[in-house]
Amino acid sequence: MSDLLLEVKNLKVHFDTENGRVTAVDDVSFSVKQGETVGVVGESGCGKSVTAESILRLLDEKHTNYEGNIFFQEKDILRFRYSELQKLRGNDISMIFQDPMSSLNPVYTVGNQIVEALLLHQNLTKKEAEEKAVDMLRLTGIPLPEKRVNEYPHELSGGMRQRVMIAMALSCKPKLLIADEPTTALDVTIQSQILDLIKDLKDEFNMGTIMITHDLGVVAEVCTKVVVMYLGQVIEEASVESIFSSPLHPYTQGLLKSIPHIEGPRDEKLYVIEGKVPTLNQIPAGCRFAPRCEFATDLCRTEKPQLDSYENDRKVRCWHFKEIQEKGGVMNGNRNESDKVRS
Amino acid sequence: MQNLLTTEQLNSLKSEMKKKHRDLLVKRFFSNKLALFGSILMTVIVLLAIISPFFTSFTPYELDPVKRLQPPGAEHFFGTDNYGRDLFSRIVNGARVSLIIGFAVAIITSILGMIIGLYSAYYKKLDGVLMRISDGLMAFPAILLAIAIMASLGPRLENVIIALVIVFTPSVARTVRSAALVVKEQTYVEALRAQGASASRIIWLNIATNVLSPLIVQATFIFADSIIIEAALSFLGAGIPAPDPSWGNLLYDGKTVIFNAWWMTLFPGIAIMLSVFGLNLFGDGLRDLLDPHTTKAKK
Repeated sequence: MSDLLLEVKNLKVHFDTENGRVTAVDDVSFSVKQGETVGVVGESGCGKSVTAESILRLLDEKHTNYEGNIFFQEKDILRFRYSELQKLRGNDISMIFQDPMSSLNPVYTVGNQIVEALLLHQNLTKKEAEEKAVDMLRLTGIPLPEKRVNEYPHELSGGMRQRVMIAMALSCKPKLLIADEPTTALDVTIQSQILDLIKDLKDEFNMGTIMITHDLGVVAEVCTKVVVMYLGQVIEEASVESIFSSPLHPYTQGLLKSIPHIEGPRDEKLYVIEGKVPTLNQIPAGCRFAPRCEFATDLCRTEKPQLDSYENDRKVRCWHFKEIQEKGGVMNGNRNESDKVRS
Repeated sequence: MQNLLTTEQLNSLKSEMKKKHRDLLVKRFFSNKLALFGSILMTVIVLLAIISPFFTSFTPYELDPVKRLQPPGAEHFFGTDNYGRDLFSRIVNGARVSLIIGFAVAIITSILGMIIGLYSAYYKKLDGVLMRISDGLMAFPAILLAIAIMASLGPRLENVIIALVIVFTPSVARTVRSAALVVKEQTYVEALRAQGASASRIIWLNIATNVLSPLIVQATFIFADSIIIEAALSFLGAGIPAPDPSWGNLLYDGKTVIFNAWWMTLFPGIAIMLSVFGLNLFGDGLRDLLDPHTTKAKK
């Protein structure tokens, strides 16, 4: 168990809002081992970013209530004092954010900002930190890092800024890197460069990585394990290979179905998961996916399914996943038949 | 590892870039004619206030009853007042009073407003308390509040500064707070928290630096406003006590003899007008210079 880096156990995150308490993350458990890349996938608003931010406890604690445990190297982050938290942030666990255009302070040079991150956690002199900043920038593949350190964020492109963010996040050699949609704001060629970079650096530093994304292509490229979330819950957990070859949950199947393929006829309609994600204060009574699921039965609508283990390392939260698999999964353009099943 | 530069090359590159940046700022400032005019005007007034004792042979308190109410001439540039005091040296000394007050008020309100604004933007609970107090203070008309404070403190130079600081701090705090609220929601502040930066580090090294430009612009306008309000206070007898020259006092003295000695009201009036005009132009220019949205539009 020594290579177990992070273990999220029955995490619940409640927000106190004007309309009462809302549970954004409900009973989420997963773990990250050293050198492992875990993908957290789901639609917008399914709680993936909230999960990520709870790991560093970045949410406004006045309005947030945590339940459960987040063990980092066997210590519970949720029980940390503020000073311990500050030592943890950036030093042991780092985070990369979605929007590189606004993740850097516009009034300081990029070098300055990396130096600041270094000085916060490591006993370096200013001079050493400056040299280290140049090294880090070089590591992320920025050409002419000696020149770039003295530039301001507005002088860099989005891809460059994301590289700077990565340099900053990795400057203290963290054990765990949380990447919150690191490539969403970048164009496709830069995306793959950044992903390759994260992958290479992960191997170099032997970090655990949590990759939060809604892009299954990203998952296929970098992750070893995938956690699929829907409406604040983990609905499926499996290795990358099994998620893509034999998804169990109808939601995962739907997600995979709705990716356009480059082969095949162009006029073919893309698969769409019907309906909308309900808001957090209108959570369905039974299975949360039931209103949108073509296999839903009365059991699904009234009883909550548990996250069951399946085979050796897979978990799925569905009453009927075995039958669904026998039927061959989510049908394309076969809504009529499924309507009959429903009635 | 290609593109390795030596330290000398690096340093020369660094200074070159800094110089380029500075040159651009200077060029931009000089291309703004009004701001340039405003800053020249202010420089002249400041210089006059500093060096005047060296080229007027009169002190502002020197009475000469024989030469009462003399019109402007070669001996007394701006004429004399009803006690025969040299109006020019009194106006120039009044400039000193006005500038000291304006400058002190601008600096102190900026510092206080910055502290209050930043902390109320960062801490929600503090925000409720501090902003309600500032709402209360802002509900009074500035001059009325200043007169009330002066009435309780007594007419002295320091008290004028204190009164004006109390009057202006809420508006500065508001400006800083609203700018800081925007900055606080930026991803880089969250990124800083994710790096383990402490609250005071985020507030002072990162949010504060990003709200400086609206603060500086606001400070120049407060400088101008303090000069006007100080003049008004002195005119009403609630400001600088009588024998000391201040533009408001001079206007008050001139009021009774306005039909016999126009110079006694005209010159202090022009002095107030020019300095406020200069400061406002300067403030506008600074705003154009510091606000990236307008500079972009003007190239």
